[in-house]
Amino acid sequence: MDDSLLFPLKLSVQVATVATVFVVIVGLSAAYILSRKNFSSKELLDIILTLPLVLPPTVTGYYLIVLLGRNGLLGRYLYAWTGWSIMFTWYAAVLASFVVALPLMVKTARAAIESVDENLIHASYTLGHSEYWTALKVILPLAKKGIIAGTILSFARAMGEFGATLMIAGNIPGRTNTMPLAIYSAAAGGDRSQATIMVIVFTLFSGLFLYFANKLSRRIL
Amino acid sequence: MMKKIAVMLLISFFAVVLPIASTHAEPTTEITVSAAISLKNAFEEIGKLYESKNIGSKVTFNLGASGDLMTQIKGGAPVDVFASAALKDMDDLDNAGFVVKETRTNFVLNSVVLIVPSSSNITLTSFEDLKKAEIQKIAIGNPKTVPVGRYSAETFQYYKISDMIQTKLVLAENVRQVLDYVARGEVDAGIVYSTDAMVKQHEVKIIVTAPEESHKPIIYPIAVVKGSKNEKTARSFINLVTSDEGRKILSKYGFKPIAPAK
Repeated sequence: MDDSLLFPLKLSVQVATVATVFVVIVGLSAAYILSRKNFSSKELLDIILTLPLVLPPTVTGYYLIVLLGRNGLLGRYLYAWTGWSIMFTWYAAVLASFVVALPLMVKTARAAIESVDENLIHASYTLGHSEYWTALKVILPLAKKGIIAGTILSFARAMGEFGATLMIAGNIPGRTNTMPLAIYSAAAGGDRSQATIMVIVFTLFSGLFLYFANKLSRRIL
Repeated sequence: MMKKIAVMLLISFFAVVLPIASTHAEPTTEITVSAAISLKNAFEEIGKLYESKNIGSKVTFNLGASGDLMTQIKGGAPVDVFASAALKDMDDLDNAGFVVKETRTNFVLNSVVLIVPSSSNITLTSFEDLKKAEIQKIAIGNPKTVPVGRYSAETFQYYKISDMIQTKLVLAENVRQVLDYVARGEVDAGIVYSTDAMVKQHEVKIIVTAPEESHKPIIYPIAVVKGSKNEKTARSFINLVTSDEGRKILSKYGFKPIAPAK
């Protein structure tokens, strides 16, 4: 079990990166569907996807437990078939970060996709391109700014996730103690020096991340 | 347009200020008791008894892991009484100068039990059985802040199983969370106070009680916090806790009251 101060940072970056990858894939798909398709339950889908943004993370965490706990609505089947539960694993931390960061991606990407000039999309269709090709080569590149902004926001949110993570991944040193959880433990345990060091490291990391993210986005755009 | 904005601002200003102004009419015999969460049921009953005997008074409970509560008090939390599940947390507070020493007294003893979900069909008869492969997750309180976590770690040391079960441990924020994990079946076993197991006796099974020599004595102290704005009420609450009536309520919930030193 790795007890060092670096483990929480390493774990947070790992969890946030994996979560962001899923957020981009799922979020972009959802944003595309919400902005360009019409179906009866569209508003309901939008509300469900946005809910984790409005609900306190502990409420989201509670729902995840009800769904995926060992005796949860879905979790019980997973446990019965595989003897495995997501609770108290770093995958649970990824799931928590994914759920809370997804709305940020969906909202920003949807706005970006909706702002793409409809004429350009029609032009692509009249030239014979498929919807898939149009989405990939016309819409997404034109919505680049919003998508990148959404990705940065999602990663940042995933790095800072605390409430839902604490509930489903627990705060197990060396296994699921992400930086926010480790700082909380240090502060609650009266370990001021540990807490201070971690807070400074985390702030520096976040600052550097934003600096490079901005630089990169300027270069791409 | 400007008039509309001005009116909205005025309304929101009063909507915020008026409720705050009204909360300043506090009863002067109101105390906040920070107590170890294992005392929840017993203390809530004693609190109601206190309020019925002292009309106009109000006892508010702040429950949690003793270590967390102690850190809050050290950080300046406006608490009048502190009751912890271990001498260590009270000693820490005392050494930091936050305790009114003459009010400090030990009031109950407790014991620690190994529990499993009532639906569990894993055969466990002792602490040593926790080494079994079928036991994959064991919930204990976080030893850094939760007294029962420390008692659990001491018991593991006593049975020489600490290294073998290290990777199975799930650390909880307080003893009731350990109880909840076991009751919900999220873990295969957990260690809580016998008094907590009583609270969820239908959802958990007690396997065995840890012998007294396997851990430090489980003694709960209580004291008035220095700087309390209602020291008289605080002392009077402690008197009720250590009185015959208080001890009867504590016994009802499984605690072993200590006769107050005369």
